[in-house]
Amino acid sequence: MRARVFVTLKPSVFDPQGKTIADALHSLGYGGVEDVRQGKYFELDLATAEAAQAKKLAAEVADKLLANPVIESYRIEVE
Amino acid sequence: MKFGVVVFPGSNCDHDAYHATKHVLGQDAEFLWHKDTDLKGSDVLILPGGFSYGDYLRTGAIARFSPIMRDVQAFAARGGPVLGICNGFQILLEAGLLPGAMLRNRSVKFVCAHVNIRVEQTDTPFTCAARKGQVLRIPIAHGEGNYFATPDVLAKLEANRQVIFRYTTPYGEMTDDANPNGSVNNIAGLCNDARNVVGLMPHPERACESALGSADGLVILESAVQSIRDRVLVARA
Repeated sequence: MRARVFVTLKPSVFDPQGKTIADALHSLGYGGVEDVRQGKYFELDLATAEAAQAKKLAAEVADKLLANPVIESYRIEVE
Repeated sequence: MKFGVVVFPGSNCDHDAYHATKHVLGQDAEFLWHKDTDLKGSDVLILPGGFSYGDYLRTGAIARFSPIMRDVQAFAARGGPVLGICNGFQILLEAGLLPGAMLRNRSVKFVCAHVNIRVEQTDTPFTCAARKGQVLRIPIAHGEGNYFATPDVLAKLEANRQVIFRYTTPYGEMTDDANPNGSVNNIAGLCNDARNVVGLMPHPERACESALGSADGLVILESAVQSIRDRVLVARA
């Protein structure tokens, strides 16, 4: 199965890169883009064919390595 | 006494730390490869600056799982003095040996400059030879030194006097202009609960000889020597 892990900064954490991208978009005339938050995206190819197991494994590696729980949270999709 | 300098793939201040401790301070020093599981009798450990594992994923995130980190954790748990400089500080944060995390500098730029840091506390193995309130001129070189901690962790750090260095003006005033990266409360360095593990973003090992522009960093490494010497004297008494 494939798991997709989306890691984002928690809402309370300032994102200097997202802010810079938002500023750049504003200077390009995209005033309608109110805010940008930058995150990370991982695709994990997993040996299992069971969705529940895939989700559990992806959550385990996200907790252990992919995300830093002090500043980041994550969301998982499996297919 | 002996300094152990841990070398991760991508460390690039390991030789500076070795030079400062061995040739400037005249102490014994040895490199410790990250795959080693032997601290070779080190009295003090330095996790040097650099870009361990290319800063992939997050700074320090992969290095914290290097085999030697188990021994570093055990050494720290026994009360052994551990100093994390720049990337070494980031590794200590990722390893949970120090609280909080690093964000990208608020300017989103890599900042390479001499800054002033004020010594906040002198009851650690890396500040015991300094004076409280002493301002040190030491270089920084980092893109991710914007220290972050949640409000409850921050309150605990301040209440426990775990903030060891703050960015200030040359006169020791804590201003926003003197903060090079946006760190909360101008934090440049901190220690753990037990006060034996210290991390800081500035590079004391690059400021140990006046020919290099500043020798203010020397007091941090001399503190380590003094703390070990005092411990030996106490043990003998």
